[in-house]
Amino acid sequence: MVTLTINGKEHELDVPGDMPLLWALRDVVKLTGTKFGCGMSLCGACTVHVDGMATRSCITPVSILEGKSITTIEAIGNEPEGAELQKAWLDLGVAQCGYCQGGQIMNAAGLLKQNANPSDEDIDNAMSGNLCRCGTYTRIRQAIHRAADAVEVKV
Amino acid sequence: MSRSHDNVVLANVSRRGFLKGIAAASALVIAAKWDVAFAQQEQKFGAEAMPGGWVDDPNVFISIDEDGTVTIINNRSEMGQGIRTSLAMVAADELGADWENVRVEQAPGDQEKYGNQNTDGSRSMRHWFDPIRRAAASARTMLEQAASQQWDVPVNECKAGVGVIVHEPTGREIGFGNLAATARELPVPDRSALRLKSRDEWRYIGQLTGPHGNLKGDQIQRPFAIDGQDIVTGKAIYGADVSFDDMLYAVIARPPVYGAKVASVDASEAMKVPGVIEVREMDGAGQPAAFNPLGGVAVVAENTWAAIQGRSALKIEWDNGPAGDNASYDTSVFTEELMARAESAGKVIRSEGDIEASLAAAEQKVQATYYMPHMAQSPMEPPVAIARVSDGRAEIWAPVQNPQAAVDGVTQRLGLEPGAVTVNITLLGGGFGRKSKPDYIFEAADLANAFPGRAVRVQWTREDDLHHAYFHALSVDRLEAGLDASGKTLGWRHRTLSPSISSLFTEDPEHKGAFELGMGFNTMPFNIPSLQLENPPASAHVRIGWFRSVYNLPHAFAIQSFVSEVAAASGKDHRDYLLELLGPARKIDPKSVGEQWNYGENPELYPIDVGRFRGVVEKATAEAGWGKKLPDGRGLGLAVHQSFASYAAVVFDVEVKDGGELIIHSADIAFDCGPQVNPERIRSQMEGACVMGIGIALQSEITMKEGRVQQDNFHQYEFARMPSSPRKIRVHLINDNPDIAPGGVGEPGLPPVAPALCNAIYAATGKRIRRLPVADQLS
Repeated sequence: MVTLTINGKEHELDVPGDMPLLWALRDVVKLTGTKFGCGMSLCGACTVHVDGMATRSCITPVSILEGKSITTIEAIGNEPEGAELQKAWLDLGVAQCGYCQGGQIMNAAGLLKQNANPSDEDIDNAMSGNLCRCGTYTRIRQAIHRAADAVEVKV
Repeated sequence: MSRSHDNVVLANVSRRGFLKGIAAASALVIAAKWDVAFAQQEQKFGAEAMPGGWVDDPNVFISIDEDGTVTIINNRSEMGQGIRTSLAMVAADELGADWENVRVEQAPGDQEKYGNQNTDGSRSMRHWFDPIRRAAASARTMLEQAASQQWDVPVNECKAGVGVIVHEPTGREIGFGNLAATARELPVPDRSALRLKSRDEWRYIGQLTGPHGNLKGDQIQRPFAIDGQDIVTGKAIYGADVSFDDMLYAVIARPPVYGAKVASVDASEAMKVPGVIEVREMDGAGQPAAFNPLGGVAVVAENTWAAIQGRSALKIEWDNGPAGDNASYDTSVFTEELMARAESAGKVIRSEGDIEASLAAAEQKVQATYYMPHMAQSPMEPPVAIARVSDGRAEIWAPVQNPQAAVDGVTQRLGLEPGAVTVNITLLGGGFGRKSKPDYIFEAADLANAFPGRAVRVQWTREDDLHHAYFHALSVDRLEAGLDASGKTLGWRHRTLSPSISSLFTEDPEHKGAFELGMGFNTMPFNIPSLQLENPPASAHVRIGWFRSVYNLPHAFAIQSFVSEVAAASGKDHRDYLLELLGPARKIDPKSVGEQWNYGENPELYPIDVGRFRGVVEKATAEAGWGKKLPDGRGLGLAVHQSFASYAAVVFDVEVKDGGELIIHSADIAFDCGPQVNPERIRSQMEGACVMGIGIALQSEITMKEGRVQQDNFHQYEFARMPSSPRKIRVHLINDNPDIAPGGVGEPGLPPVAPALCNAIYAATGKRIRRLPVADQLS
């Protein structure tokens, strides 16, 4: 048994400790906003927050997550950065197929928590681990700037 | 865009269903098929030529609830091109619906009912703009008639507003929902009696979407992407997001070599993995595989992780015997063979003038050979499918571009009665051609057949996706031009070599078919006195399949790179030389350039329009400041291409640092797809094509040794990440003309990207790129 705190709620899961969080979320907890893309931390589609830090769930075993706070795309809208990123994503029509975008938003939210006003270069560096096959990067960059500005105004 | 369908008789359309919701629609008689007698007389084009054709019955596509909610059935697969939004914009506009009350429901796979659903070839708007408009105009007419009955006034005094019918003389209004019951009883109007809205009546079509849109009027709810909110909150449902309580999870170990089979399998260690339930051998199709699975060994488990771990513990011996010489396939050796073969004449596809004489008479000759590798489509969502089989029925949930192929294939594989298979189409996490081939669905159906009543999900890993793609064909293109003393091109010879997609379905023809050559090879528009286009043979050793833009990619890369080379040899400016080769604005009959394909479209509606080629070249170069002075190490590069009935030109501004570091400062893309339904989405498709094309130019390559793919995951098969994406991509949409036939959008932005980028690298450095990807060629 592993006890995980996901989006503020405790879940007792009967899974082996080496199961990556990705599969625990998707197959066991049935939170499917976190996506499988590569299984090797190469694409970022599986990004969640662990204690507020952007983390690749596909290589993070559940055994090391007890006592930590896990946030997924389903709940990131409860945080100011997440809410503004989601709004900016819609405003700028960022998503094409949308499959990677949950991970992109989660990674961007992690960036904005560390750096409230990132430059283009900061964004490129922080987001370089998140692949998008549709090629939406220019809009993602703009949307992160837009969200950063909006969070700043509110704070 | 208006084309006459007067010869079509809308026969026997059921009067029920409209306004009754979707469930009722299944009982409807389907009408609105192209008149059979007419079809036999003349060659069919466009949607009429597609299996299932088109349907414009409002009962199939539109229903209105009593509360005024308008449900639009979307019959095409959504993979990021935005069709669920764009077709809904068309229907809502023609109906007069308020966008706020519009919802979209996805049709299951059933071409008999919904018309052709095969979502590839950038066809959705080409083939469905008119039928969907007619379906919505029919529904609007029925609502107007209902209002006229309810008010007891002449129908010509009743006109749709926004979500309401207005009695024009008095200004009275009644909501669509309140007319539902009356309209339901009315006959569907005759197609010839329909009035389609004029352009100045459109509210959504052609307008920008989102908060920066400029829709007419202050009160209008602006369309956002239909699935946008669900996507950014993680609620959107893709293939692997469908699940059932008692579902089984499977992954499959497939033969690493195309055509190989399982010799033996030791599953003892796999069965020890907690959660593994069963290990099963799967039948493979042999060669040619068509859409059939490759076979192998499936591990069925309680969750995906257990299945993946179980598969790692399998010990499998493969029998390469049935694979034949696929087992020795080596892409570097094969490429050398094709390069050598390109030196000799091949099957002549198009010939004008006397090529030998013009080359012999040339003052100067230019020759170059280009290579483009195999690539995998690799959508971010790897193939996945869920199947459940019980009591002679099968139900499928999957992200699929070609649902009818899935319906037909599952019916046949499982020996079920016609109509016993339902294919539910989820959102596609990207497609790019991969999900046109439903092998992954057949795997799920085969496995589910062994576990009656239980849903089984087959999940492909990224390794599976790269190892077992339907690969974009490796290609070699050799070009040769003879120039006169003034630098003008007198003769042009192009030999193109790559395996054909036909090899997937029949004995390998070793030559490209019309549908492959017609992608920019024999359809090239240059005005040259002598030309000869040849296709020497090339055989297939892997599954070859459609990849976004398909053979336009190598053809555009070779031709547009070579134009830059010839221009440089002649000492002339690239743009000027390109315009000279294109020659004066004129319409070339696609029937006159060799075997005709023309993307299945009517040559009269869709000629090769040199004026539109020139238009995008002039626009892109003007916007990019072509000819401007740039510092050393920096340059502009240009390419143009026509594909899927649209025209695209790209200019890159790049800088190459001393160490070989490439900086892409900007891209200017001019695009002409004729009438624009959803301009913001067209822009984003062009931006995405630009970024994908940069990856193709710089990074992406699948290689094989001993018949096995050498790339396992995204650290080895790479494509563009954010840092290599330009800071500025400026998209210039031109020729938004409703009087011309619509072109495609999803694919035509891609082919000119790689040659434009390589031409820019040449302008910056003097180095020619003839082999893709660029990789470390600049260092």
